[in-house]
Amino acid sequence: MIFSFDLLFEAILFGILLGCFYAAVSIGLSVSFGLLDVPHVAHPAIMVFGSYCTYIVAGWGLDPILSGVLLMPAFFVLGVLIYRFYYETFERRGADAAVRGLAFFFGLAFIIEVGLILGFGVDQRTVQAPYIGSSLALGEYRIPYRMLVAFGVALVLTLALTLYLSKTFTGRAIKAVAQDEPALRLMGANPVRIKQWAFGIATGVSALAGAMLIIIGPVEPALDRVYIGRTFCVVVLAGLGSMTGTLAAGLILGVAESLVLMFFGASWAPAVAFGLLLVVLGIRPQGLFGR
Amino acid sequence: MKFWISMAVLGAAAFGLALSPVNEYFFYAAYVVLTYVVLATAWNILGGYAGYVNFGTPAFFGIGAYTAVLLFRWMQAPLALQIAAAALMGALLGFGVGMLTLRLRGIFFAIATVAVIFIMETLMINWRYVGGAQGLQLLRPDVTAPFATYTRMLFVLMVAMAIAGIAIARYIQDSWIGRGLRAVRDSEEAAEASGVPTLRLKLLACTVMGALMGAAGAPMPMYLSFIEPASTFNLSYTIGALGSAIIGGMSHWLGPIVGALLLGSLQQIITVTISGEVNVLIVGVLLVLFVVLAPQGLLGLVKRWLPFSR
Repeated sequence: MIFSFDLLFEAILFGILLGCFYAAVSIGLSVSFGLLDVPHVAHPAIMVFGSYCTYIVAGWGLDPILSGVLLMPAFFVLGVLIYRFYYETFERRGADAAVRGLAFFFGLAFIIEVGLILGFGVDQRTVQAPYIGSSLALGEYRIPYRMLVAFGVALVLTLALTLYLSKTFTGRAIKAVAQDEPALRLMGANPVRIKQWAFGIATGVSALAGAMLIIIGPVEPALDRVYIGRTFCVVVLAGLGSMTGTLAAGLILGVAESLVLMFFGASWAPAVAFGLLLVVLGIRPQGLFGR
Repeated sequence: MKFWISMAVLGAAAFGLALSPVNEYFFYAAYVVLTYVVLATAWNILGGYAGYVNFGTPAFFGIGAYTAVLLFRWMQAPLALQIAAAALMGALLGFGVGMLTLRLRGIFFAIATVAVIFIMETLMINWRYVGGAQGLQLLRPDVTAPFATYTRMLFVLMVAMAIAGIAIARYIQDSWIGRGLRAVRDSEEAAEASGVPTLRLKLLACTVMGALMGAAGAPMPMYLSFIEPASTFNLSYTIGALGSAIIGGMSHWLGPIVGALLLGSLQQIITVTISGEVNVLIVGVLLVLFVVLAPQGLLGLVKRWLPFSR
């Protein structure tokens, strides 16, 4: 282990960029699991699916971020369909739904992963863009442009969703569903339609998150597994459904992972998110900004 | 009594089969299927009876396998001791994870078990003594008489382990433990209010599950003559155990056995004839189909079609 303040500074800087990215890939889950209480373990798999869709669309000569944005409506519809199906088959039947809902999403994640392996093979895929491969020289530090681009998009995405949920009528309705569903029903609103809309948004955001995933590094079908840890760690650490919390938790995870990566080596990095998740569940399951 | 007689007959039949000149490949494949029987039976104790989904089958299985390797490497421990130690480590892990998360909602327990898989895998990747990321070749000890090959001996061992696991699951299901766990599954608040010691029962179920899964993992390194983290901590064990219980039916100890025998055999056939990926895909599709269309599993279907049996 070599320690120096230069390395420490570099690790923290890199961690902040990485952390914003983690917040952005978790924000969809923060809505679907944090607010809507859907045990969405297939969230990372859908995101990786988004990366592969981006790979195809970007292959036609489009910019990867633009491809991600263009894919969002399609993913929104996909999300609406998934929630509709989940609601009709599990949520409406109550009691036993928890076990079977979890099993359903786990099976779905597996089907997506194996489907991608059958379609694209196990090789890693990358996209081309002017900002991929070059880096910004800041004095003696070099920051890859791809990290900066992902950082920027992540920040915009997180802010946009936070504003949407707190300022608009539908956004507030989504928060209301999370707080007290029966009350909403008594006031004559249809919680299922609101949840369906919210799940659609969460899935739509996954398309853009998937685009960032393939910008930041090569993507392979089994990548969703390690992101189960990262996304759930961020959402639980944030406190279920807290958007500002998601950003803070993402930064904490990003810096922690970056420090471990720098000082202990790459082979320990995947365990950071899972370890942090276990610690949070054991000590403070309501998270940092929990209700 | 009927149960014990049929189990004794089954055990004797397996023993006889191992001494007969049946093709070696049969034992090679049957061992894996039997492993799934033990894993699914163990999974069902917590998942089926209490309704807490465990995604961490490979973690428990893997801690058993690595405990066995460690003991073998360190002092050439006999297989029986390896299995006992593996069961103990599995039980400890189950108790620990349970203590940490069984107070919370089921989804948190499920996610925590995924976390344990990856943490265990990372630890083993970085631990050189047990092979690290490259893995470790193991030299099998000599075959004990009367078996002709080591795989045949492991086959009989696994049959015995499956019988033991089934007996434990059956005992839990029929005793006050099973009644308490079912009360937890149906309504945890109501159970707690009626004086059921919910946390203690869940912890007990989680510990027994861990012990069985750990024991099931112990002979694996000897079976393969090799151990390596990526395949030991593979999520396909998760989907195997979970899928078997759901496809067979979670409400009765017979369900996971039926599911594991069916799914395990199917997987063996597909892996050989088509490919490993298609095999995982089919298990995933079957899992989703059953969870959506036949939530009570095959047992539920049989009961629906034969309304007068029982």
